[in-house]
Amino acid sequence: MPVTRIDCDIHPAVGGTRTTLLPYLDDHWKEQVVSRAIDGLDLNSYPPTMPLSGRPDWRPDSGKPGSDLGMVQRGAFEQLGASHAICNVLYGAQAVYDPYMASAFCKAINDWMAAEWLSRDSRLRASIVVPLQAPELAVEEIERRAGDPRFVSILVLAQGEMLLGRRHYWPVLKAAEKHRLPLAIHAGSAYRFAPSSIGWPSHRYEYYFVEAQAFQAQLLSLIYEGAFGKFPGLKVVLMESGVSWLPAFMWRANKTWRGVRVEVPWVEREPAAIIRDHVRVTMQPFDAPDDATSVEDIIDQIGSDKMFLFASDYPHWQFDGDDPIPPHLPAHIVDKMCAENPLETFPRLKLAA
Amino acid sequence: MARHIVARTTEIPDGRNKVVEIDGRDIVVFHVNGAFFALLNRCPHEGAPLDKAACVARLTSPEPGVYQRSRVGELLRCPWHGWEFDMRNGQSWFDPKRVKVRSYPVAVESGEELAKGPYVAETFPVHVEDSYVIVEA
Repeated sequence: MPVTRIDCDIHPAVGGTRTTLLPYLDDHWKEQVVSRAIDGLDLNSYPPTMPLSGRPDWRPDSGKPGSDLGMVQRGAFEQLGASHAICNVLYGAQAVYDPYMASAFCKAINDWMAAEWLSRDSRLRASIVVPLQAPELAVEEIERRAGDPRFVSILVLAQGEMLLGRRHYWPVLKAAEKHRLPLAIHAGSAYRFAPSSIGWPSHRYEYYFVEAQAFQAQLLSLIYEGAFGKFPGLKVVLMESGVSWLPAFMWRANKTWRGVRVEVPWVEREPAAIIRDHVRVTMQPFDAPDDATSVEDIIDQIGSDKMFLFASDYPHWQFDGDDPIPPHLPAHIVDKMCAENPLETFPRLKLAA
Repeated sequence: MARHIVARTTEIPDGRNKVVEIDGRDIVVFHVNGAFFALLNRCPHEGAPLDKAACVARLTSPEPGVYQRSRVGELLRCPWHGWEFDMRNGQSWFDPKRVKVRSYPVAVESGEELAKGPYVAETFPVHVEDSYVIVEA
């Protein structure tokens, strides 16, 4: 019996809209992408040639990192030791302005994922890619996929058009709860706003760094808007968010809530307690100092061993070597994050295909 | 613990409070919804004077956007950081078991009964025709 080790965040790549997705588009959109030459729609957040987007040894000779099934299988399963992996496709379908185009492309991505990835390797699962530009269309796509248990979560970008806790998105949260699909919030921007709340940074590094602020804003929005009270079964997974900022965030959220909870009387518990019950985090990157005591302190301060999920972020270049598990994690955390926590977080994920 | 006569009832109209010193402690006596409550005049957080607190409703909510008010005026909102305390027992809203203001039993008695003693009321001439607020502290 092989060891169960569920990689909760890997990134197969769409080769192109006019190539990879063409067979999965209806006639109207086939004609549009061909006649309008719509092809590469990669997110500005992850240009395929950028080093972070693909570790050198995980880049195919041609094409984007993550675009080749065989290579992903060798990397995620053979090299990094996963027994199962959840595919999170990051593509411009999530960012285009036209909601109908977004809907058509998201549907095509999900169909492509089911046909060319999930059906070819029973170890793979996937997040549903949704056109969050139009919540009712996103719900339609969720409903369309809900019958396929290989889809185990709903993928959204950390920086979209509006904070995710707003009532505008409640139909999506409701569908997520109904079908036991956690909302996977992944790093990445639809570039509706500057990545920093103060405006545009000068450097790529700043953009990637301030993604953590977007995650914090999303988390606070979901808590303060009352999403977890309204949808008590809702789970949220922060993906590629970094983890070590959580303790300070939890303390500050608690402190502030004590003084201003009359603004949001539906938030009946301390935010940190809500986070421990409803929020999970993938463990690449972890962003901790390189000593065991500090790592243990951060884990203790977060205060729950259920929140951590094993992830490699393959093929993104977060670490070198063959071991995606951040150094110095206590053994009991490593045990739980590989199987028990992912199975609890993604209840649709059954190990036997 | 001794019983202290701290005010004539007419001195503290409904909705108001009075700070009294008992054995070196500042104690604030509130009159709200026809009842009197006495608390240490010091927020357990950082010591703010609670006589300056806003007296607000107990606010709960079954779901976002729905505001349920009860016991109007019986919750204190500390003037410094907004922590809420229940006037009746000093318990904080966010952690009622562990974070609370010291509270003291209060009684209202007539001057006629008070004449029988014993009370600590050095500063209070007691008249049989009035009623008085008694704090046990």
